Amino acid sequence: MVGGALSTWLVQRVSALLLAAYSLFFPLWVALHWPLDFAVWRGLFVPLPMRIATLLFVVALALHAWVGMRDIFMDYVHPLGLRLTLHIVALLWLAACVVWATAILWRLS
Amino acid sequence: MRFSIYRYDPEQDAKPHMQVYDLDIDPAGNMLLDALLMIKDTLDSTLTLRRSCREGVCGSDGMNINGSNGLACITPLADLKQPVEVRPLPGLPVIRDLVVDMTPLNQQYRSVEPWLNNADPAPEIERLQSPEQRAQMDGLVECIQCGCCSSACPSFWWNPDKFVGPAGLLAAYRFIADSRDQTSDRRLDNLQDPYRLFRCHGIMNCVTVCPKGLNPTAAIGKMKTLLVKRGA
Repeated sequence: MVGGALSTWLVQRVSALLLAAYSLFFPLWVALHWPLDFAVWRGLFVPLPMRIATLLFVVALALHAWVGMRDIFMDYVHPLGLRLTLHIVALLWLAACVVWATAILWRLS
Repeated sequence: MRFSIYRYDPEQDAKPHMQVYDLDIDPAGNMLLDALLMIKDTLDSTLTLRRSCREGVCGSDGMNINGSNGLACITPLADLKQPVEVRPLPGLPVIRDLVVDMTPLNQQYRSVEPWLNNADPAPEIERLQSPEQRAQMDGLVECIQCGCCSSACPSFWWNPDKFVGPAGLLAAYRFIADSRDQTSDRRLDNLQDPYRLFRCHGIMNCVTVCPKGLNPTAAIGKMKTLLVKRGA
């Protein structure tokens, strides 16, 4: 459950693995399609598996950032109202990023 | 040698200040505690500090030495850059000069039940352990509760009332790892909220400063692994 201390910690660890895997794979994927121009770059994200992998990366990034921001707010921001506001702003911002990335990826086809 | 020492007497001083002392002492073979006691004996009897065993066993003279926590009694003068800056342990209320109020630390320590819980009737002889079982507690039982680790931990500075801190968590694992203790599950339950264990972000200041060379971060990692294994 989101908010449980152990599960948030696990989410951070597992999302880090996904981020690391994609960060290693993506430069290789780019290298395979070198030289790059706009059409080639666009073409990188057309295959469905690549779009799913990229979306997974974005979701993992958002989850990882969420746990990190939550940790920072829990550590340093003690006034409850301010902390709640920051939590909501971070959550909305990250959710918006995921929606935006999804829209970009699926507009390609 | 030149020393710059944190001075604060809440009954007289509006705020703390650093006081410089020039002491005629041979660094070779002397520890920082020797110098501090010599300053107190010969230069300024009002300098206040805690010390007892003067050999790194009692954990009384934890202080911040040139920016890093340690025990004055086992810190060789020869290793220290001058002027030697000596301050009280950070993150704890100062009672006077180098003496801090250890209450926040002790309360967290007490909260992990640092004693053996075993409901079986006491045997006529000791509760025996195999050498392997005893080895599980190596690196845990050596803690002298000097507080150097917890007072070097930013997570403990920000949330001393909610985060157990490295000293308390090392003690918690010491009893979880003890084959004679019967309450490991309850001990883990006691660490399951977002603060008590999970405010540790693994920056390992505790490991760097521990004068006994212990590793609270490893103990914390093992408890997280145990929580994952038992499925929270």
